[in-house]
Amino acid sequence: MVEGRAFRGRLILAHVFLVAFIALMMVPLFMVVSISLRKGNFATGGILPTPETFSLEHWRMVLGLPVQQADGTWLKPTVSVLRWFGNSVRISAISAALILALSATAAYAFARMRFAGRARLLNALLILQMFPMVLAIIAIYSILEALGRWVPALGLDTHPGLILAYLGGIATHIWMIKGYFDSLPPSLEESAKIDGATPWQTFRLIMLPLSAPIFAVVFILAFIGLIGEYPLASVILQRTDQWTLAVGANSFLYEQNYLWGDFAATAVLSGLPITILFLACQRLLISGLTAGGVKE
Amino acid sequence: MRLLKLGRLFWAIVLFGAGWLAARMVLAGAPVLGVALFLAVAFAAWVYNSPRTHAARYLLPGLATFAVFVLAPLLYTVYIAFTNFSGEHLLSQERVRAWFAQDLYAPVETRHAFRLHPAAEPGKYQVVIPLEKEEMGRNLLISRPFTPQEAEQSQPILLGLNIAPPRAKALGIRDVVAARAWLRPARFTAPGQSVPLRMISLRELGYRLPRWEEDNGGLVNAVTGQRLVPDSSRGNFVDEATGEVVGPGWRVWIGTANFRLIFTDPAIREPFLKIFAWNVVFALLSVATTFVIGVCLASLLQWKALRGRAIYRTLLILPYAIPAFIPILVFRGLFNEGYGEINHVLTALFGIAPKWFTDPMLARTMILIVNAWLGYPYMMIISSGMLQAVPDELYEATAVDGAGPWTNFTKVTLPQIFPPLFPLLIASFAFNFNNFSLIYLLTGGKPDITGSATVAGTTDLLVSYTFRMAFKDSSARFGFASAVATLLFIIVAILAWLQLRWSRAPAAKGAR
Repeated sequence: MVEGRAFRGRLILAHVFLVAFIALMMVPLFMVVSISLRKGNFATGGILPTPETFSLEHWRMVLGLPVQQADGTWLKPTVSVLRWFGNSVRISAISAALILALSATAAYAFARMRFAGRARLLNALLILQMFPMVLAIIAIYSILEALGRWVPALGLDTHPGLILAYLGGIATHIWMIKGYFDSLPPSLEESAKIDGATPWQTFRLIMLPLSAPIFAVVFILAFIGLIGEYPLASVILQRTDQWTLAVGANSFLYEQNYLWGDFAATAVLSGLPITILFLACQRLLISGLTAGGVKE
Repeated sequence: MRLLKLGRLFWAIVLFGAGWLAARMVLAGAPVLGVALFLAVAFAAWVYNSPRTHAARYLLPGLATFAVFVLAPLLYTVYIAFTNFSGEHLLSQERVRAWFAQDLYAPVETRHAFRLHPAAEPGKYQVVIPLEKEEMGRNLLISRPFTPQEAEQSQPILLGLNIAPPRAKALGIRDVVAARAWLRPARFTAPGQSVPLRMISLRELGYRLPRWEEDNGGLVNAVTGQRLVPDSSRGNFVDEATGEVVGPGWRVWIGTANFRLIFTDPAIREPFLKIFAWNVVFALLSVATTFVIGVCLASLLQWKALRGRAIYRTLLILPYAIPAFIPILVFRGLFNEGYGEINHVLTALFGIAPKWFTDPMLARTMILIVNAWLGYPYMMIISSGMLQAVPDELYEATAVDGAGPWTNFTKVTLPQIFPPLFPLLIASFAFNFNNFSLIYLLTGGKPDITGSATVAGTTDLLVSYTFRMAFKDSSARFGFASAVATLLFIIVAILAWLQLRWSRAPAAKGAR
């Protein structure tokens, strides 16, 4: 192809646009890093930390190292941000994996099987999911309280209980995976069927490997949605050492005790795992669609 | 074949476990729950063992969790909407009666001043009650020496007339305050008395009697003779004579009263309609802005001639890679009217300092800007996925016709990706319609609407409005908030249903 002048101009324009867009978009991220490296807990001063205001005190605090107090003594922080970090990652990863399993199986039935009321059920799921769960907190609380009376490991103030409560949010994921399944040609499954595969074998050996990209997307969406979830976690998890990062980070911003710097360090720390997860999965997202699988 | 047998064994174990738990529940007085649990597990066992239930095997796990954690809370919330559940009507009637039963009083004539002395034996104490009248020539009622542990465990401590009076001086009030924790459960038995004396104040021992006595379903005050009767329409005990409410209330069914309040009380209706209108505009504009930005970026990144696409993509996704509550709180700082960095820049460049948090229109603009920042990567990701599925042949065909990028975009890309994206746009609309954390953390719904009967802000969405009413208002009006939530749900459900109908979404079309 001959690269015309107009073409090159458009290319440069695209680069300029993207760089400018990204620069603007990055400002708040840049700010929060800068605040986390600044002395004290007040949101004042310039954008960059100067040598006088530079301090690692918030990072020491977040990583559980002793912090120098105003009177010069060194004190170990009372709250364990790293523990919240572990809680958050564990809860979100397990929930996202379970959500993926639940919605992938359901989506397979919706995409490939015929049963009465299928379309209606699918629509009903989507519509019911629109109920604002923030307002159902009282009900979810009561359910977990009742559950904990019989199975203490699934009750209030437990991680499995919170995970269980998170598993309800599957309707949009079912839709998404079903949409992807719909785009896969049924010819592969039909030939497997002719070879004598059961529906479960077809699902496991043909649909699942072909759907890795959409599964990665759904997992990441669910994970990201859950790691930042605040209202439900704040009601269900009561002891400080059970908290997630979202609950813990917000506890730094109580009006009486506004710890802006500690919050910023916690925020950067909680942003990191997802960024890393995302970068790790990105290749899968891009190269995931196998050439022969989708395009007939 | 072996696998099949293992499966049977697994289900036998599961059924046995469920039966055991159900039996425990029934024995512990929860028969409905127990039977329901057993039936549910039995149903699951049937589904996974019957040869005729193919679709149900795949649907059951997802639908069951959905039923328990979405459907059941939803129905419960709708039920609450028809009750007077609130901070003042929190308990059941039994618990309210228990509250009255715990209301004790100490009759004046049974009060005795007391002193606490250290006993001769170290670590032990004695209580001394000086009597007003001499009895058999003695005027002190003295306890045997006792340890704090005995007192704390409410072991009976005998009192006797002038037996072994303690030598040490009585402890001061400060020491009594310190001893209060173990002294309060202590029970002292005076000679010839069946009801033990206990600490009723820092200086007095005495009897405590229930203030309210049950009487034909009502309650009678033992001191004043006031009679209370339960009013089941209000969920309160009321004075039989004056109708005045006494004590905490309990939850009762009040029909549609909460709903009527929304439509009849102008101090509630007006803010409600304002919030609703803003809610719709907010959700529409949020979907529109994020979709436009997301699709444009995704198409740009599809451009094979563009170098560094992987890096661009990674950076562009960043806002998505961070839990939303963090950037929202950071933006709240950046937009701050006084010291926020955004107003620093605007003042330096244009000499203006917009009041982002006090002017309703500016607050709404700020919310849309922040939400565009938060939401565009999602749109970019999902449209990227769809763009990858657009066959290259289509572009090759238009290239033959000499089409430019704009024609490609509007004539090939959009028609190809829009239908599969549509349900996701609806989901995005619904998500934004109820985007609680954005509003709650960014503006908290403020600035407030003037002249409203309840808390209501110009940037509130219905969801944050109801949340504030239920959880952040001192009166905790759960019932009324649930009524608004129910109404909100009906509105969103109708909108979604109409959109599904109108778009003839894939669900209605069938798999292929």
